[in-house]
Amino acid sequence: MIVLRLALQSLRNRWGTALLTALAIALSVMLLLGVEKVRTGARQSFTDTIAGTDLIVGARSGSLNLLLYSVFRIGNATNNITWESLQDISKAPEIAWVVPLSLGDNHRGFRVLGTTPDYFKYYKFRRNQPLQFASGQPFADLFDAVLGADVAAKLGYKVGDKIIVAHGLGNVAFVEHDDKPFRVSGILAKTGTPADRTVHVSLGAIEAIHADWQSGARVAGQAVSADDVRRMDLTPKAVTAALIGLKSRISTFKLQRAINEFPKEALSAIVPGAALQELWGLVGTAETALSAVSLMVVVTALLGMVTMILTTLNERRREMAILRSVGAGPGTVLGLLVSEAAVLVTTGVIGGAALLYVALFALQPLIDRIYGLYIPLNPPTSYELSLLAGIILAGIVAGLLPALRAYKLSLSDGMMVRV
Amino acid sequence: MIFEGVRFAWPGSARFRLTVNNFVLARGERLLLIGPSGSGKSTFLSLLAGIVAPDQGTVTVLDTDLGHLKSSARDRFRSEHFGIIFQQFNLLPYASVVDNVALPLSFSPKRRARALAHGGVELEARRLLDRLGLDAAAIDGARASNLSVGQQQRVAAARALIGSPELIVADEPTSSLDRNHQQAFLDLLFADLDRAGTTLIMVSHDESLASRFSRVVRLDEFARVERGTAA
Repeated sequence: MIVLRLALQSLRNRWGTALLTALAIALSVMLLLGVEKVRTGARQSFTDTIAGTDLIVGARSGSLNLLLYSVFRIGNATNNITWESLQDISKAPEIAWVVPLSLGDNHRGFRVLGTTPDYFKYYKFRRNQPLQFASGQPFADLFDAVLGADVAAKLGYKVGDKIIVAHGLGNVAFVEHDDKPFRVSGILAKTGTPADRTVHVSLGAIEAIHADWQSGARVAGQAVSADDVRRMDLTPKAVTAALIGLKSRISTFKLQRAINEFPKEALSAIVPGAALQELWGLVGTAETALSAVSLMVVVTALLGMVTMILTTLNERRREMAILRSVGAGPGTVLGLLVSEAAVLVTTGVIGGAALLYVALFALQPLIDRIYGLYIPLNPPTSYELSLLAGIILAGIVAGLLPALRAYKLSLSDGMMVRV
Repeated sequence: MIFEGVRFAWPGSARFRLTVNNFVLARGERLLLIGPSGSGKSTFLSLLAGIVAPDQGTVTVLDTDLGHLKSSARDRFRSEHFGIIFQQFNLLPYASVVDNVALPLSFSPKRRARALAHGGVELEARRLLDRLGLDAAAIDGARASNLSVGQQQRVAAARALIGSPELIVADEPTSSLDRNHQQAFLDLLFADLDRAGTTLIMVSHDESLASRFSRVVRLDEFARVERGTAA
């Protein structure tokens, strides 16, 4: 009791250095905990992005590649899958539903996804929630578009506005499908998934805007007007990928195998969860490296604390002698210095955690907007708590170093005080 | 207090060795111990206060053989029965004056009980400080480190006296004071000692103070210090 009180008074006497030391620990803890939060947040938001889908079909490629371009809109498809093949596959009796996805165009940097109205019914995210409409409804007309929440918010669109889709995926478009403007029919509620940054149109619309195009360029003299195109056959020739739902999960691997061995075309079918596991395996090394670096920062901060206490030790031999003279044992001297370390590291850890939560609270919307990464403001997990407890323990053990030195000094000094 | 056939060397230093064959001090005495620095007085006081135990022989204080106590029991014994005043820098610079005075009570239940019987820790501390001539402004000032040297020595005396320990050990308590302050300090200290009949062992190299003491001894009359060549 008296030991803790003396430790606090002594630290208050040196509050400047003590504060800096605690701050260094706090910042290192904030970094470590922040890395952990971003890591779990990123994993969660990836895992949350795709739910309810049993298989994803695309042209033959690595499963990770297929998952990334079809669901996360990261990277591009190497090849398409023909409409006939998709129709053939869809006939399998185990299949409950198929949602084709057609990618390749953009609207001011946001990807345009051609799909069927079933997409709004079957695509699920975060614990099987379906997409919700903040306003409007799914596309009904050929030139209707449904905007993700971020698209509408960033570009300031509302239901009924006209938008023009550009060819290709670049942010700066040189060729636009300006002859066939779209009308915004609906805007989705925020999901925290790539759907927020996607413009959804019907598969037919994707065909229609490319009706007078060949090999990625408009064919001169063959312009098809927006009205004419409505009378054409707009069945797509190919799509980028398709989401498949099964009647029973038991048939997942059977169907996956059947698709992978599809004779007419080289296709791949992937199980989203398995592909995500592959992704974690890939980024796991980077995560470990990041955690290791932040752990080293914590170690550095603790070393700084030990250095701080050690440097004050010599000038405090007088203090030790006074304590010894009033009957404090060398054990009390040891306890005093360990208490100081414990107070510093505990202050640092609690301060660091508090700083992180304040920072998360302040920056969460910004991180979400810029990186599409939603970091939930959860209370610390048991793993994070044990991490923090571990740091406090490590700090106390590190504090033993100067404390043992003081213990020895106070034994050998006795009543003699060398100042 | 009896020293018998005591030999002691600091652990890890083979050069220095103190031998005290026989030394006895009766209860209530006022001993002035004269010894220049380096004569082994710090070691002698460390043995007396039980900070170290003798390698050979016995140190008996208040009928207790300190050599037979474990070091933690010696620490406890010191807190219960000793009040110690150093030459200077007696105070914890970060603690308040009253906290500095009350410090020994945290380690000694007996002295705490006595202080409580006198009306409480804070009250007793203030009474002692007042008797030693420290005004309230100095007592309630920010921190002990802001006091003058003379004031600091009085606070140290109050700390040694609080809870009425049987022995006061003072290691040149007045050497950092000028002559006037020396006299005033000793007047106040002795007045308080008389009240409780406390034993005083004071070390000094100033023989002019001898008249105040019941006994004056030169350290080299009973203690021998050996200084070997560097081992």
